[in-house]
Amino acid sequence: MPSLDDYKGQNPTWCPGCGNFSILKTFKDAMVELGIDPHQFTIVSGIGQAGKFPHYLKCNTFNGLHGRTLPVATGIRLSNHDMLVIAVAGDGDCYGEGGNHLMHAMRRNINVKLFVHDNQIYGLTKGQASPTSMEGMVTKNQPFGVLSAELNPMALAVALDCSFVARGFAGDTEHLNGLIKEAINHKGFTLVDVLQPCVTFNKVNTYEWYRQRVYHIEPEYNPKNRIEAFKKALEWGDRIPIGIIYKNNRPIFEERIQVIKDIPLVRQLFNVAKIEKTLKEFY
Amino acid sequence: MDYSIKIGGEAGQGIQTIGDTLARVFSRAGYHVFTNQDYESRIRGGHNFFQIRFSEKPVTASRDKIDILVALDKESIEQHEKELSEYGQIIYDSATLKQQHEKSYFLDIPFVNLAVKHGGNKIMANTVATGAVLGMLGMELDILLDIIKVTFKKKGEDIIKANIDAAMAGHDHAVKECIKCSFSAAPISKPKMLIAGNDAIGLGAIASGCKFYAAYPMTPSTGIMEYVASKAKEYGIVIEQAEDEIAAINMALGASFAGVRAMTGSSGGGFALMVEGLSLSAMTETPIVIALAQRPGPATGFPTRTEQADLNFALYTAHGEFPRVIFTPGTPEQAFYLTNKAFDIAEKYQIPVIILTDQYLADSQWTFDNFDLSKIKYTDYRLRGDTFKNLKQYKRHAFTDSGISPLGVPGDAKHLVVTDSDEHDEEGHIAEDAETRIKMVNKRLFKKLPLIQKEIEPPLIYGHSNPEIVISGWGSTYGVMKEAVDELSANWDIAMLHFSEIYPFPPINKFNYLKVLKNAKMTICVENNATGQFAKLMKAETGYTFNTLINRFDGRPFTVEQLLGEINAIIR
Repeated sequence: MPSLDDYKGQNPTWCPGCGNFSILKTFKDAMVELGIDPHQFTIVSGIGQAGKFPHYLKCNTFNGLHGRTLPVATGIRLSNHDMLVIAVAGDGDCYGEGGNHLMHAMRRNINVKLFVHDNQIYGLTKGQASPTSMEGMVTKNQPFGVLSAELNPMALAVALDCSFVARGFAGDTEHLNGLIKEAINHKGFTLVDVLQPCVTFNKVNTYEWYRQRVYHIEPEYNPKNRIEAFKKALEWGDRIPIGIIYKNNRPIFEERIQVIKDIPLVRQLFNVAKIEKTLKEFY
Repeated sequence: MDYSIKIGGEAGQGIQTIGDTLARVFSRAGYHVFTNQDYESRIRGGHNFFQIRFSEKPVTASRDKIDILVALDKESIEQHEKELSEYGQIIYDSATLKQQHEKSYFLDIPFVNLAVKHGGNKIMANTVATGAVLGMLGMELDILLDIIKVTFKKKGEDIIKANIDAAMAGHDHAVKECIKCSFSAAPISKPKMLIAGNDAIGLGAIASGCKFYAAYPMTPSTGIMEYVASKAKEYGIVIEQAEDEIAAINMALGASFAGVRAMTGSSGGGFALMVEGLSLSAMTETPIVIALAQRPGPATGFPTRTEQADLNFALYTAHGEFPRVIFTPGTPEQAFYLTNKAFDIAEKYQIPVIILTDQYLADSQWTFDNFDLSKIKYTDYRLRGDTFKNLKQYKRHAFTDSGISPLGVPGDAKHLVVTDSDEHDEEGHIAEDAETRIKMVNKRLFKKLPLIQKEIEPPLIYGHSNPEIVISGWGSTYGVMKEAVDELSANWDIAMLHFSEIYPFPPINKFNYLKVLKNAKMTICVENNATGQFAKLMKAETGYTFNTLINRFDGRPFTVEQLLGEINAIIR
């Protein structure tokens, strides 16, 4: 069984007080509790403060390009579906630069676990608006305030019949721990949007701001009802629900590809002699 | 003999079916065959043609003169009547075209009527036309009938019989009515293989153990994906049509990271979207093979036509400094072997390799006696299973004498495989210090580059060994340059210098091609682009300047006559 010591990575370079610290701690705890060893999974990340995440623990890592976590994660899963593949991205990374990939990953239902560190701001580039920044927020690049409507990732995911849609809060680690485990145990593409205060650049959506608004989704709520889920997903403002908003049992993409039904692609052997037969088709 | 047949008509009329079938009949009869296609970016209408040239001698390009024109529409006659050779014939169906031609070289064959009468359906008009062409050539129908039996196997005996009857009706009609036909083309030897550039790349990828192909459809590269997809089940290949080219290359890189050989392909516009991924391949040292099938740009350009104008793009695109390899095959055979070499080199040195072709090569079919599978190299350079497990220590980007670090398959051992698009340390974690940076650049670039350079084969010289005139080029102009050399060899000491492994630029230690160029009285660089990009590369890499350039940039390939005309204008 792994211990927390096995998960000790490099020292984070995040700002003191950053919401990412508690996500990191909670994630490590969850992995230890699930009994998963570092070599048994791969984290694909992009660029942004969230992109540095895999360096601060122990795991196989592909820290790729901004916005491109999901295509890389998809390629890994299709080549080795014995490997647990986790994608970690920020709100700019996943909802802005990589928005198209998110939409299609949800359509495919590739069995990748996506965690979005959503601080409603660009941290690494020092405080510009992200797709989830609130309308009216003034930044150096948005001198007249954010003029575009904020993206609602939960509603988008329910609309696309994403297999598992949840929201967590970095300030509620016990709850987040449960969500991480549920997401990893769920079969299908999972989106967990984690609200995460940026203490340096986002002066609007602070710990305090979130604490006043977030509430645990009622235990009697049925996340399998898509219409109800859509209503729940639209809740934002004075009250922000955290927990599992929606889940379904759609078949995963990997299982629908005939050639990898039994053996992962990476373990399938190749023999050039077989080509002789195919060559004959050109005569 | 050296016959050219052109089938012209609107998109959707079945030009390609007739052309493909005839080409197959000729290759099975043992002839050397060359086909090329000219089509518009539309599914119905417009004017398209399919041209087949066949001969007892090797043929590697199209000629301007046509011996048989199969005109499926009026425009085919308007555009191509002037291309007829001395004994040329045009066959057409006056009922379909609603026009009658009285000139002696027109032969009216009621394709539709014969199809309805003998095949029971006008859909078989193309089979009638195919049979008619063979009748004009004095060929028996046995090969065609075999092809029909295989093609329509799934559709049942009735359809097979109807098509056979339709083919025979067309054949017999032509034999009886084509009094002026003086063609003769009996089978001459054992069957040859007939293969197009795109199929050869797809086949080369499969023969190299490619297990993953992700791409977004884009003419003229789509044929590669289609071929690989057609074999996906048989060879256990995952094929995914990505949401865009950015996703395609990133998926392929993910697959490669996970331990399988992966490839993507596109044309210029799609490759432009992949450029960031090209740079990612370089930084993370993740092997990848990219097929770049050129078409004329800028932007959407001529979507279905040909050009060699993306050489500079392939050479210089992507941010940062890193080694890359570019192959520019001139024939489907070269495309097959070079695709194999691309996979080998990409994995051996953990770099991106680009196979640069164009629409002309992608869609042209050539005949060959055989592809030799014993020349296929398959070495698995990855660390897997027990070999990986038994390592005491592992660092994905370890500094080594060769600059090549161990490429482990994640999950196969307790060792972690870590890589990063940021500059990173030996383990693969983000690094910021200058010392690591210098060592990494040394490793990725300066240590690997000389090793990669050694893998590059020199250009091919064809013709005179000590030529007065040298014509030089790269990629798809191989065939037409070769034929030009054949034609001009009677009067001149002439040779072709063809570059198919273009970058890193071939060193002169294996073959001093610079000496050949410098000893010649006239050197001509032939390129299907406006600015002579290869000539400039030659100058930049070697200091050598070609005496003159021949460029064509109208979106069409060179024909033998046109190239001869331009060369003659220079040397006479």
